[in-house]
Amino acid sequence: MNRVREKLAELSAKGRKVLIPFLMAGAPSFAYTKGLIPLLEEKGADLIEIGVPFSDPLADGPVIQTAAQQALEGGFRLAHLFQLVEEVRAGVSVPLVVLIYYNLLFQYGVERFISEAAGVGVDGLVIPDLPPEAAGELLGAASAHALAVNFLIAPTSSSRRIKMIAEHNTGFIYLVSVRGVTGERTAFTSELPGLIEKVQAQVGQPVVVGFGVSGPEQAREVTKSAAGVIIGSAVVKRITREPFPVVAARVGDFITEVRQAIDQS
Amino acid sequence: MQPDEWGRFGPFGGKFVPETLMEALAELDRVYQECRQDMKFQRELEYYLQKYSGRPTPLYKAARLSAELGGPQIYLKREDLNHTGAHKINNALGQILLARRMGKRRIVAETGAGQHGVASATVAALFGLKCVVYMGEEDIRRQSLNVFRMKLLGAEVRAVTSGSRTLKDATNEAIRDWVTNVDDTYYLLGSATGPHPYPSLVRDFQTVIGREAKEEIVAETGRLPDAIYACVGGGSNAIGIFYPFLDDRQVELVGVEAAGEGLETGRHAATLNRGRPGVLHGAFSYLLMDEDGQVKPTHSISAGLDYPGVGPEHSYLKESGRVRYETATDQEAVQALTLLSQCEGVIPALESAHALAAVIREAKTYQPQQMVIVNISGRGDKDLNTVAAYLGVEL
Repeated sequence: MNRVREKLAELSAKGRKVLIPFLMAGAPSFAYTKGLIPLLEEKGADLIEIGVPFSDPLADGPVIQTAAQQALEGGFRLAHLFQLVEEVRAGVSVPLVVLIYYNLLFQYGVERFISEAAGVGVDGLVIPDLPPEAAGELLGAASAHALAVNFLIAPTSSSRRIKMIAEHNTGFIYLVSVRGVTGERTAFTSELPGLIEKVQAQVGQPVVVGFGVSGPEQAREVTKSAAGVIIGSAVVKRITREPFPVVAARVGDFITEVRQAIDQS
Repeated sequence: MQPDEWGRFGPFGGKFVPETLMEALAELDRVYQECRQDMKFQRELEYYLQKYSGRPTPLYKAARLSAELGGPQIYLKREDLNHTGAHKINNALGQILLARRMGKRRIVAETGAGQHGVASATVAALFGLKCVVYMGEEDIRRQSLNVFRMKLLGAEVRAVTSGSRTLKDATNEAIRDWVTNVDDTYYLLGSATGPHPYPSLVRDFQTVIGREAKEEIVAETGRLPDAIYACVGGGSNAIGIFYPFLDDRQVELVGVEAAGEGLETGRHAATLNRGRPGVLHGAFSYLLMDEDGQVKPTHSISAGLDYPGVGPEHSYLKESGRVRYETATDQEAVQALTLLSQCEGVIPALESAHALAAVIREAKTYQPQQMVIVNISGRGDKDLNTVAAYLGVEL
C-alpha cells in the first residue's frame, strides 16, 4: 500500500474529512512555496498537492495559469521540483501529491521521473491529461515505487468509464465538480450531490472533490457526502507577491477556516 | 492509414485530454464513423462543396512560372479559389454537418491566420449556429481584416492574451471553452491536429483536394505528377493533398515548414525539422519545446504556420520516410509570393508561398518533362499588410 491510501484509510477510520490544498511550485518564488508547505500542514492539511508549472495547462483556469506563468518567468525548471520536495520533506509528515502535465513527465522519462520523485519523498501523482488507457507504463512504474496515481472522474464520465478508471486508480478519486477548468465558482450545480453519491457508490474508494471550491461554505457542502476536498485556485490566488509574513498569515487563516468548516460537516 | 482504436498512427496521436472530454470525443468518433458510411451525409457534403464553395477547384498549369524557373512543369492546385479563399472551408463544411447532426447549437474554433476562423464563422452563419472564435492577440493585430470578416459574419471573436498570444494559446482557450460547454458546444478544430478522432476526421474532409488533383492531372497529362509540395503548419492542406497519393510511391511528397528568420536563429516554426516527440493539445506528435518539455514560442511571418505542434499523421509520415519535410524562411516565402504574383497574376497566401519557395529552390533538380503540383492552399489578400510591412512599404 502507498502512503496516500494509508493516510486516507487512517482519516476515514477517525471520521475525519480530507483537506487537500494545492499550490503552484515556484509561484511567486521557490522560497514562498517552501515556506508555505509546512504551514499548510500546521493549519490542518491532510495531504498537499504541489502543481508543476507548465506552459500549456489545458485543464486550468486563469488563476492557476497565471501562477504557472509566474513560476516559469521566475526561472522554474523541473529539477527545482525535486529540490523543493527534498528540502520540505523532512519538515512535513503529510503525503505530498504532485500535479504534472504529461509532456513534462514524458520528456523526463516515465521510469526516471517516478523513481526520482519517489526518491525525494513524493507520495502520489495527478496527471490531468493522461487517461488510464494511456497510463500503462506509468502505472507499472508507480506501483513498483509505491507511488499513488490519482485519476480524475468528471461529471461527463459514463458508468463504464467510472468503473474502468476505478480499476486503475491507486490513490484517491479526484472528482471534478463541474464541466470546465479549475477556478472558483460562486455555486455548485444542483447535480453535484447526486454525482458524488453515484461515483462513491460505483468506485468503493475515497472520493475527493476538486475544481470550483472557493471557500469554507462550499468545502462543508461538498464534504457532507464526499471523503474530502481539494482547494486550488482559492489558495493560489491568496499567494501574492506581498511580503511572506502577510501571505502566510492570509493563507494560514484561510486553511484554518476551511478546516473548521469541514470538521463541522 | 486508419489510426488504431486509441487514435494512433504508429506511436503518434492518441487522446491526451482532461477526463471531461473523453466521452465527447468518443461520441464524435461514433457519429463520424456513421457519417462516413451514410450516403445521405456524403451527398449533402458534396452538394455544399460544389454549390457553396465552388468545387472542384482547378488544377492550373503555371506556364510562365515554369518557364521562368527552368525546371519542371508546375501545376497549381487552386484551393485559393474556394469560397472564403482557402482550403479551410472543406473541413468546416464537413464538421458543421457533424455538429448539426449531433444537435449542437454552438461552435467554438481556434484560428491563427484567421482563415479557419472565417471558414467557421461562414458555415455557422450558413446553418444558423452560434460561433465563438478564439484568436491570439498577436494574430488579431496581424490579421485585422479577417477579424472584421468574422464579426461581419456574426461570429464573436475572443482575444487570447495568455502565453505567446498566437494559435497555440487560441487552441488552449478553445479547448477550455469546449470543456466548460461540452453539452451544447461543438469544437470545430481547423487542422489535422488535436486528440483522436480529429486528425483523421479533418484529413478525410481535406482529401477532396488530393482526389481532385489526381483526377485533374491524369485527365490533362495521362499520368501522375513527379512530386507534390504543400506547406505544413498543423498540416491539414498537406495531408489533404498527400493522402490520395500515399500508395503511389513514384510521387514524391514534400511538406514545407516555416523556417521563420532561419533555423539557426531559433525563431522558426519548423516542428518536424527541429522538434522532438511530445504531447500538446491532446496528441503525441513532434513538438517544439525546451529541455524540460515547456512548449516554445515560435515565429513565422505566416500566422497559419506559427504553431509549435504538427498533426500526428505527419510525424508518422516523417518517421516512415514517405514524406520529405523541408523548410522555407520568411524571406523566401515573400520572394515566392512576389514571383507568383508577377508571373501568373496569382497572389498566394504566405502559408502557401512556403510550399512554392521550396519548389523554386529545387526547380533545377527537375527535368523539363517532369511535373510537380504545388498546393496553393489560400489566397494572399489577408497578408497584404504583412507583406507590405516586410517590404518596408507604407500603405
